[in-house]
Amino acid sequence: MDSVAQRLSVVGAGAALELRGVTRLFGALAALTDITMTVRPGERRAVLGSNGAGKTTLFNCITGDFAPSSGTIRFFGEDVTHFPPYERIRRGLRRTYQISALFPGLTVQDNVYLACRGVSRGRFSFLRPGQNDALMHAADNLVQAVHLSAVKDQRVAELAHGQQRQLEIALALAGAPRFVLFDEPAAGLSPTERAELIEILTSLPAHIGYIIIEHDMDVALRVVESVTMMHNGRIFKEGLPEEIQSDPEVQELYLGGGHE
Amino acid sequence: MSLAHDARVTASPATMAQRAARTWPEINNPAAWVVAVILVIMPLIASGFFLIEIFASTLILGTMALSLMFLAGYGGMVSLMQLTIAGFSAYMVAVFGISGNANISLGWPWWLAVPMALALATAFGTLGGALAVRTEGIYTIMITLAIGAAFYYFTNQNWAIFNGHTGINTVATPRFWGVNWRADIPFYYIVLAVAALCYFAVQYLSRAPFGLALQGVRDNPRRMAALGFNVNAHRIAAYAFASFVAALAGVLQVWNYRQISPGSVSVGACIDVLIIAVVGGITRPIGPFIGALIFVLLRTFALDFLVRLGLDGNRFRLLIGLGFLAIVFWSSDGVIGLWQRWRQSQKRDANRSGGGHRHG
Repeated sequence: MDSVAQRLSVVGAGAALELRGVTRLFGALAALTDITMTVRPGERRAVLGSNGAGKTTLFNCITGDFAPSSGTIRFFGEDVTHFPPYERIRRGLRRTYQISALFPGLTVQDNVYLACRGVSRGRFSFLRPGQNDALMHAADNLVQAVHLSAVKDQRVAELAHGQQRQLEIALALAGAPRFVLFDEPAAGLSPTERAELIEILTSLPAHIGYIIIEHDMDVALRVVESVTMMHNGRIFKEGLPEEIQSDPEVQELYLGGGHE
Repeated sequence: MSLAHDARVTASPATMAQRAARTWPEINNPAAWVVAVILVIMPLIASGFFLIEIFASTLILGTMALSLMFLAGYGGMVSLMQLTIAGFSAYMVAVFGISGNANISLGWPWWLAVPMALALATAFGTLGGALAVRTEGIYTIMITLAIGAAFYYFTNQNWAIFNGHTGINTVATPRFWGVNWRADIPFYYIVLAVAALCYFAVQYLSRAPFGLALQGVRDNPRRMAALGFNVNAHRIAAYAFASFVAALAGVLQVWNYRQISPGSVSVGACIDVLIIAVVGGITRPIGPFIGALIFVLLRTFALDFLVRLGLDGNRFRLLIGLGFLAIVFWSSDGVIGLWQRWRQSQKRDANRSGGGHRHG
């Protein structure tokens, strides 16, 4: 009972994601240095930065793929710094991968079904799902939401790149996500597919916040309300999309200030 | 006329097949029914020697290899200790049950000794699995091989429980309801029932959440963790299930030979199980049984064949080794892979000749 009351009170306190002094070292190399940031529930934020700025490392620390060398990470008020990834996922955190991380030997339907099963009970169930299995229906709906119904019985290895990217997103939206980390979801997509992606992102329920890593400014700045600019493993600048876009230092660093 | 007739005949079973395919893919496969019927009426066809030395042995070895197929095919974990788990289970039946070595055996009735052996062997395999899941790929092979080798040398040297290199002899087999269940025909049916149970259990599990998740772990463990699965717990649970299957085979093994000695759990025998599974194919549960049949046929008849050719009879392992090499080189999914590709090419040929109107 205590923990429920605690959790409710901290939700009131207002941070979906709270990083305090997060540092990650790979040997002598500091991939992340003293990252402190707070993201409100439902907030949509872009993380920008050149290659090697530490964006994906930041995601890996938040999901627990590897632990930060120092600092704390709170998810809806709860200190998850030393939680294994699956514990964070079960609390409503989700992520997608820059390079699609799917199950190529299984069908589209099975991929999405696994994602639904992973965040509910019965992960070890020895009984096959029946005709009216609730999770099967949930999986059907998700497959439909990312426009993959036509290929749902195909093995993932046979899908086109764009379809795999869509499936990648579907896996992150299973269950009841509260916060999603999108790692370059538009990588390798055609202009049409990009438009579909923007539509999927903007039509997410308002309570679902996310952080998106995206190189394509057209995509990134259209689907977020705040921007964090990273450089060499540090936070370089934070602000509204317009501010960041027009900031001379940012332009110098990232948006190709070479024009001037 | 005949074409139209064929189409009408096949139309309704095809739709039925599609509906049933989601639950039991084998039910609508006529070849599977033929095999099932042959297996059930086998005692009418085969004499005692064939029934036990060939078919019961095949089913027992096949069940052991099935436990490896489950781990390797669905879980991506190559465990070389499946025979060791079966051997442990066999030893426990001999130790807790009744045997000629009265100073070792506790003399429990079989219906107590067998559950005890199954429980202990499953625990043993689960513990080994808990060690092995901390590693991946070749290191899993090394750890499980080390467990197998350690057990072999331990049984050789321990006299208090395992009776050293002589092993435990004249193990009692169950007799109840006035039936000697080790007599050829009853024993064949026990073996067939256990093998079929394990086969269908693996087949069924492959589409249940546990089995699907295991295949997810095989394909991408990191993503499974990012979907909320505790990957290591899942792997250990897979070892527990596979250990239970291997333990069942071990009970049948000790009833079959009525004795168990370190020779049955040697490192060579551990590797035989791997060879059986790979030669048969580890993508589907039927593979290990096909591999076991090939292995048993070669083991039994290659000797005579080689002697007739003027070669040393013990060279049957050479044949098995060459077969293994050929499979690894040309068909990584084993004999069933060869069979599937042959069927597909037949279908393609049939389509081509049908479409081209070459045969009037």
